[in-house]
Amino acid sequence: MTAEVMKHPAETLLRMDRMPHIWCPGCGIGTSLNCFTRALIESKLDLNKVAIVSGIGCTGRVAGYLKLDSFHTTHGRPIPFATGLKLGNPDLKVIVYSGDGDLIAIGGNHFIHAARRNMDLTIICINNFNYAMTGGQVASTTPLGALATTAPYGNFEPPFNLPYLAETCGATYVARWTTFHVRQLARAYAEALTKKGFVFLEVLSPCPELYGRRNRLGAVVDMTKYFKEKSVVRHDAPTREVGIEFQGPLVVGKFVDRPRPTFLEAMSEQMRAKLGEKFVPLTTGS
Amino acid sequence: MGTTPESKQADTVAEESSAPEEKVAAGKPAAPRKVRGRVLINEERCKGCGLCITFCPSHVLERAMKFNAKGYHPPEATHPDDCTGCDICGYFCPDFAIFGVRITDKEPGKDEKKS
Amino acid sequence: MIADARGVLTGAHFLSGNEACCEGALAAGCRFVAGYPITPSTDIVERIAERFPTLGGTFIQMEDEIASSIAILGAAWAGQKAMTVTSGPGFSLMMEHIGLAAITETPCVFINVQRGGPSTGLPTLPGQADLMQARWGSHGDYEIIALSPNSPQECFEMTIEAFNLSEKYRTPVMLMSDECVGHMTEKVVIPPAAELNVQPRRYTTLPPDQYLPYRGEADLVPPMVKAGDGYRIHITGLTHDERGYPVINAECQEQLVRRLVEKIRRNSDDIVSYEEYMTEDCEIALVSFGITSRVAFRAMELARAEGLRVGLVRLRVIWPFPEKKIREIAGRVRSFVVAEMNLGQIVYEVERCSAGRAKTLLASHAGGTVHSPQQILGVLREAAR
Repeated sequence: MTAEVMKHPAETLLRMDRMPHIWCPGCGIGTSLNCFTRALIESKLDLNKVAIVSGIGCTGRVAGYLKLDSFHTTHGRPIPFATGLKLGNPDLKVIVYSGDGDLIAIGGNHFIHAARRNMDLTIICINNFNYAMTGGQVASTTPLGALATTAPYGNFEPPFNLPYLAETCGATYVARWTTFHVRQLARAYAEALTKKGFVFLEVLSPCPELYGRRNRLGAVVDMTKYFKEKSVVRHDAPTREVGIEFQGPLVVGKFVDRPRPTFLEAMSEQMRAKLGEKFVPLTTGS
Repeated sequence: MGTTPESKQADTVAEESSAPEEKVAAGKPAAPRKVRGRVLINEERCKGCGLCITFCPSHVLERAMKFNAKGYHPPEATHPDDCTGCDICGYFCPDFAIFGVRITDKEPGKDEKKS
Repeated sequence: MIADARGVLTGAHFLSGNEACCEGALAAGCRFVAGYPITPSTDIVERIAERFPTLGGTFIQMEDEIASSIAILGAAWAGQKAMTVTSGPGFSLMMEHIGLAAITETPCVFINVQRGGPSTGLPTLPGQADLMQARWGSHGDYEIIALSPNSPQECFEMTIEAFNLSEKYRTPVMLMSDECVGHMTEKVVIPPAAELNVQPRRYTTLPPDQYLPYRGEADLVPPMVKAGDGYRIHITGLTHDERGYPVINAECQEQLVRRLVEKIRRNSDDIVSYEEYMTEDCEIALVSFGITSRVAFRAMELARAEGLRVGLVRLRVIWPFPEKKIREIAGRVRSFVVAEMNLGQIVYEVERCSAGRAKTLLASHAGGTVHSPQQILGVLREAAR
């Protein structure tokens, strides 16, 4: 095989000088990144104008492997950074790619406000049901009864239902897939990238070394088989019904696609109404 | 994929692979050609997760007896003629160690260029 | 570079320090502010919310100070001159992102209109007790630039200086105002745009395949870049090499963190700024800054009238600390008196630089109002004994 033929299709968008990546064998983050790069490469987007913002955690490392303008920020704070980036240059396509712990727990406040404002951001939330980078602690998405290092007797805190949370806060596009559904996931990425406003895509992902091992869920192949066997595709399902029980059924699909004015559109409209000609939109460029 | 009924949208997705130039010539009056492909494996990148082996729809792959420098057993194509080049393996692989390509009938035996 | 005239409110105005900060930011070319209401700083962002939409600026009130302090970093990487405004409790929340700004070398400005602390303290009354926090508040090794205005006029001028320094040294800069200066109204003269010196962002001239976001030039400052220009940069808070890629080892740490610190230390002669009054022949050197320095000036006059040879060093830039100046004075005075509206912060820097050569006394104040000149005079007399 020549070197050229050996190039995996995702490689053109990856920083191959940083490979191999840090993720465990079979980690769903790798699969999600794989599908994401396919969607990006095939999109009509000017990749020089695409920016990736991530927080801290295993998923947060995604920013470091993508050959795009990428920002690896502080724990919980990719969304406000992305807000500044987007408002600082509205021509940028700003994507937040981070984990459930980073985006929803420590980042929860920023999540709900960005959704409320309908900030024009694509939020990719990789949900592996625990805090993986730090060794598998309980998270706000850990199903009831599951084990984690900080819930050694089983988690008794009800978890968030992320699509429900996103919709309630005002997200205009909400979808969930798993890392088993690679084709649908790639399509969902592609579609999400065409949408404006606060777009939320939850990707259920296996964490074989921590959440999986601690809860005796087998290898990554077994965890992915669970995704395959227990997933039910229900587009437009009411999001309040898509909560996840431990090893229970998983409702996947596109749940919400309801455009409304973005933050910048609402701001421009209000300013023009009140200031008329005096309103000057932000100037970009050096 | 899956035993539960899926939406139309999902069904059409399965047909579209990353090699859109060659589609199944279904519906033509002549006998339908079998879609053929081959899988390319970067053995040294593999971390032995087994996703490609398990989820290849055509069961092309098995875990090889040999192991790579890191000690993982990469996949090998034990039924290469069954490969359709659907690239599902290439989508699953967390380490970008494997992908499938369609073989075009126009140029038999030659691989398509991948981007 | 001269200022963009559209943002310069040329003329003689009667403005509060806080209002002047807004005008200074506009004159400097700042067109992105993310803030959160907190007394006594809120009037800065209120004026910004009103002025920005007519001048091509965007103001967003974020959900908290943590969000505000990182939103400005995002805007900076989009190419904007960006600023946030807060007071003590919000400043505490911003500490993590000050560190992120320092290690990513993001130009941005933080205004802290100091109030009585600690904790909720005295929301509507002045304090000067956040100076050490400005220097050391975030974890890890880094250097900071912090300015201290003592009038609304200086609020205008120093806000521009803060932006200029942040661009020149690719670093976050603090403007350490206080409630008194922030809320007092005085004449503020804003010159024509052509007379204002505004430092533009130092963008690289190299093409993407040659540019390294963390390779310092001769002054240890790497040229800047922004998202969207095809550079495909990677910016991380992890310790990183010149490419910006995380490298987790001691060698990379030494290289990066030492350059970050030296970047400010080696250029401190350019950054340090102070004023001296009657220090040529003084026996007692009075050191002060911000609102307290105005009272200190009066105390110096009263002391001189009593025959005490007092001189005043008024710090305009607190950090980096003017070590050379204080060391030089320490060699020829009997004592220092540091007048600050806290229970001892900058006095330790003076004592450190004095290194025992001159006695160092503190004219302290827990905050809530300014010293009286007599309070400072009392300590000056003690210093003379």
